[in-house]
Amino acid sequence: MECYLDNSATTRCFESVAQLVYKIMCEDYGNPSSLHSKGIQAEEYLRYAKDVISRNLKVNAKEIFFTSGGTESDNLALRGAAYANCRQGRHLITTVIEHPAILQTMQYLEEQGFEVTYLPVDENGRVRLSDLEQAIRPDTILVSIMHTNNEIGSLQPIAEAGELIKRVNPKTLFHVDAVQGYGKFRIYPKRMHIDMLSVSGHKIHGPKGVGFLYVGEKVKIRPVIFGGGQQHGMRSGTENVPGIAGMAKAVEEIYRDLEAEQDKMYALRNMFVEGVQKLEGVRVNGLPGRESAPHVVSVSFAGVRSEVLLHALEEKGIYVSSGSACASNHPDTAGSATLRAIGLPKEFLSSTIRFSFSVFTTEEEIRFTLQALYDIVPVLRRFTRR
Amino acid sequence: MFKAFLIKYAEIGVKGKNRDIFEDALVQQIKYALKRCEGEFKVRRTKGRIYIDVLSDYDFEETVDNLKTVCGISAICPMVQLDDEGFDKLCEEVVNYVDKQYPDKNFTFKVHTRRARKNYPIESMEVNALVGEKILDAFPEISVDVHKPDVMIFIEIREHIYLYSIEIPGPGGMPVGTNGKAMLLLSGGIDSPVAGYMVAKRGVKIDAVYFHAPPYTSERAKQKVVDLARLVSRYSGPIYLYVVNFTEIQLAIYEKCPHEELTIIMRRYMMKIAEEIGKKTECLGLVTGESIGQVASQTVHSLAVTNEVCTMPVFRPCIGLDKQEIVDISEKIGTYETSIQPFEDCCTIFVAKHPVTKPNLNVIKRHEENLKDCIDEMMDRAVNTAELIVVEV
Repeated sequence: MECYLDNSATTRCFESVAQLVYKIMCEDYGNPSSLHSKGIQAEEYLRYAKDVISRNLKVNAKEIFFTSGGTESDNLALRGAAYANCRQGRHLITTVIEHPAILQTMQYLEEQGFEVTYLPVDENGRVRLSDLEQAIRPDTILVSIMHTNNEIGSLQPIAEAGELIKRVNPKTLFHVDAVQGYGKFRIYPKRMHIDMLSVSGHKIHGPKGVGFLYVGEKVKIRPVIFGGGQQHGMRSGTENVPGIAGMAKAVEEIYRDLEAEQDKMYALRNMFVEGVQKLEGVRVNGLPGRESAPHVVSVSFAGVRSEVLLHALEEKGIYVSSGSACASNHPDTAGSATLRAIGLPKEFLSSTIRFSFSVFTTEEEIRFTLQALYDIVPVLRRFTRR
Repeated sequence: MFKAFLIKYAEIGVKGKNRDIFEDALVQQIKYALKRCEGEFKVRRTKGRIYIDVLSDYDFEETVDNLKTVCGISAICPMVQLDDEGFDKLCEEVVNYVDKQYPDKNFTFKVHTRRARKNYPIESMEVNALVGEKILDAFPEISVDVHKPDVMIFIEIREHIYLYSIEIPGPGGMPVGTNGKAMLLLSGGIDSPVAGYMVAKRGVKIDAVYFHAPPYTSERAKQKVVDLARLVSRYSGPIYLYVVNFTEIQLAIYEKCPHEELTIIMRRYMMKIAEEIGKKTECLGLVTGESIGQVASQTVHSLAVTNEVCTMPVFRPCIGLDKQEIVDISEKIGTYETSIQPFEDCCTIFVAKHPVTKPNLNVIKRHEENLKDCIDEMMDRAVNTAELIVVEV
C-alpha cells in the first residue's frame, strides 16, 4: 500500500489537470503572443485561467500575474514592492517562521540597504498582533506574513493583521505567502486587506513550475524579470500556457467542494492525532483541531531520529517529511527555524516528522500509517545511538 | 591542429614476453575510452608505440580527458601530422607550430628527430641542427639547451611526418584487465574510491560491495555510492556493485556485543561478506580504503583484528597516506565532491563515543560468540539477497 503523506512538499496532479496539460502541450501549443489563430487559442487559455482564479479570489482578472511558482511569486512581491516603494521608506516586516523564499529574499534586501524586522511567534507558531502593531513604523513599506506554516500547519491571523496594518499605517503594503493555505481555505484579498498574495500550482494538485501572484490594482511594484514585455511587462517570458491552464483547472477542482473536503481532512487529522497520541513520548506540535491547517500534522517522537523513522516508514510505502531536511550529525545545528521558533525542546528538534494530507488521503491510509508507527517506533527506540 | 596522438606507456615496456598481452590490453582500453568521445579514431600499434589517428572532426578536450582515464598511459602527446612536402616546407611548419604553441618565447629548446623512414634524404642529427637553426632565426629570444631544454620538439619521420612537443600526463600504471580482479569495499567516504582507483591503476579489474542499512541509511546514500562507483569506473571499466543489506547483522551486533566493539565487529563481518561474494565472482583479493590510525577501527591493532577473518589478501593502497594526500588524489580523480555529500553511512549510525582502539582478538572472538545462534543464517541472507548494480560510465 502506498500512502503519500507528504502533500505539503507537493501533491499528485488531478487527472483532469494532467489531461488538460497534455492536450495543450500536444494540440494547443501556440504562443499566446502570436497573431495567428494558434496563438489566439493559447491566449484563450490564459484568459480562462485568469477568469477562474480572479473569481475565486473575488478580485479583478488583471490583478493576477503568472509566475514559475511560489518562490518567484514571493521574490516578485518582496523585491518588486521594496524597490518600487523605497523612496517612501526602507523598513520591512516579516516573521521568523516564513519559507526560505521569503527569508532569503529578505536577507538579500537587507544587503541592499533595507531594514527588516523579524517577528517572533508563540509556542503554537502564531504571530502576536501586539508584536506586529509595535513593529509597524511610518517608514514601513511592507509586511509579509505567511497564511499557513508549512512545517507545523499553524494559521496566522491574516484578516486581523491586514486590518491592523492598514489602521496603523495605511501606506504599508501587506503580502501574504499563501502557498500552503490556498486550496485549503477561501482567501479573499480585498476583504482581508491583502495587497499581494503568492500561490503555487503544485501544492493544489496542479503542475509544478507554475504559480501566480495577486497584486492589487493600486499596488506599485517593479518587475524583477525583464524581456519581451508579456503580462504588461510585469513578468516577461512566454507564458507557461499548459501549466497556467492546469493550475486554473486545479483551482476549479479543489474549490468545488472545499467545505466538504475541509471537514473530511479535519476528521482525518483528528483521527491521526488521536491515534498517534496513544504512543508514549509523542508531542503533537501546534494547536489542535480547526485552529490549525487541516492538512499538516507535526509530530515529535522522543528518542527517535526523524530521518530513520522517515526511511522506516518509507519501507512500508509511507512517504512523509522530516521536520528538518538537515542530514547533519550535530544535534546542535539540526532542526528547522520554525521548530526552534516555537521553542521545541532540543531533544525533539531532530525527532520531528511532518505528515501532510490531501483530498486523496483516505481513512484506510491513516489507519495503516498509525499501525506502522505503533510497530516501528518502539523498535527504533530500542536501537538508538548510545 | 592535432590530428594524431602518440601514447606513451612506461612500465609495460619492460614486461618481456608478456608485453604483447599488456599492449593489446592497453589498445583495448584506449578504444573503450575513445568510444565515449565524439569523432572517429583509429588506434595503431607499431614498433613499441601506440598511435591514435583522428579520422574526423573531434573535441580535443573531451578526447584528452577520456584518454587521461586509461590506466597504463604515462603520457598523451598531441601530434601535428604533416605530409612530406620537402624539407623547407617542414622547417616552415615547425616554425609555425612553435609560434602558435608558445606565444611567450622566453624558453630553451632542443629538437629531437627520429627517422623511422630511412630513405628520408637528411639524417636525424642534421634535421635537428637545421630545424633548430630555423627556429633560432625566426625567434631570436629563444635559445638552445641540449642538456636541460624547457621544450623538447620531437620530429618523427615516417610515411607522414609528426611533430609534437607537449606531453599530457596520464594515470600511469598498467592497463586494466592485466592483473586479475579484486573486491573493493566501497563506502560513501573519500578513501575507498581512491583505493579502488589505485588498484585499478595497477591493472586490476574491480567488483565492489556496499553495505546498506535501511532505514538508517537512505536511498540517497546508496545513490551516492553508485555515483562514486561510476566515477571510479572511468578508470577501472565497468564495476559490478553488490549492495548488501546489513541492517539485520548490525542490529544483532548492537544488541548482543559490547557497544565500544560494535564497529570493529561490524567490520569483521563486512570483510567476511565481501570475501564471500568475492569468491563467487572470482576475485583474488579485497581492497579497502583503510589508512593506519585514521580512525579507531584503523589502528594497527584494529586492522590486525579485522584482517584476521580474511583468507584472501587484503590490499590497502591508502595505508601509508595522510588524509590530505588521499583528498588530493580524490580531487584529481574527481570523486571528492561526491564523497563529501553529507549522507550517513552504516559505519556511523551506531558508532560509540569511545570505540576500542586496541581491540584484543580473543576478547572480540569471545563476544562474537554471542551471535552464534543467528549470525550464519544472517550472513547467508546478506550474501544471497545482495542487489547487483552494473555501473558504467
